[in-house]
Amino acid sequence: MIEQVPLNHALIVTTMMFFIGVYGFLTRKNLITMLISIELMLNAVNLNFVFFDKYLYPGTLEGHFFSLFIIAIAAAEAAVAIAIFINLYRNIRSIDVEEVDKMKY
Amino acid sequence: METSAILFYTIATIMIVFSLLAVTASKILRAAVFLLFALGGTAGIYFMVDYFFLAAVQLIVYAGGIVVLIIFSILLTSHIEEKMQKPDIWKIILTSIIGFAGATMSIHVITNHVFTPHADTGVVASMDVIGEKLMNYGDSGYVLPFEVISILLLAAMVGAIVVAKRNKPGSND
Repeated sequence: MIEQVPLNHALIVTTMMFFIGVYGFLTRKNLITMLISIELMLNAVNLNFVFFDKYLYPGTLEGHFFSLFIIAIAAAEAAVAIAIFINLYRNIRSIDVEEVDKMKY
Repeated sequence: METSAILFYTIATIMIVFSLLAVTASKILRAAVFLLFALGGTAGIYFMVDYFFLAAVQLIVYAGGIVVLIIFSILLTSHIEEKMQKPDIWKIILTSIIGFAGATMSIHVITNHVFTPHADTGVVASMDVIGEKLMNYGDSGYVLPFEVISILLLAAMVGAIVVAKRNKPGSND
């Protein structure tokens, strides 16, 4: 794949994916769909790390391990976030961002 | 055009289309399923660059773990047939402008920069290479982040259980 696909094209794909995630994060109001957008952004960043590693610095596997650790952190983040959503839903019967102001005062 | 190039562009198209669907779908469960396809496409690209372990981790943790977790939380917190209200049109326009501006800026930089790919294909990311690097405390070893991540995962697990635990009726906490 490295010989046939230039790095620019691969990076354009990840850029588009990242900004689609940004768009979703800013327009959605449901907390779970916002979490989905965050996962999209993290995924695009992972792909970027892998492409830079594979094309420009082969032999060190640095991007590979960065992606591995980012995946682990994303899993931890998703678990905590969903625990918070479930607790919120139990308390205020909604997971809409505009109604979540319990921690404000 | 080579077959792997065709494969890459196909997977890239699938990924972008499903990402777009995931952030615009009006039914929340569908958004989660579209996310699953986008993450699966990513795993396909990891397979194409010969990072088999990373592809397997992507499939297990993202597709098998996070998406299932998201679907569970959707089923716990909303009706399946419930449609989300559309965001108002000004918000969509403004956010699209922001997204397009950022994307065009980044793509402009990417297309104008000349990357010089490394000639050799590098080491093969086989299981024993990965295991040695993860447990290596010398140069280019990753034992410290590995241990920190393990503590983070433990803390996140305990924290998630504590936060999501149902309080006993009668207790004030």
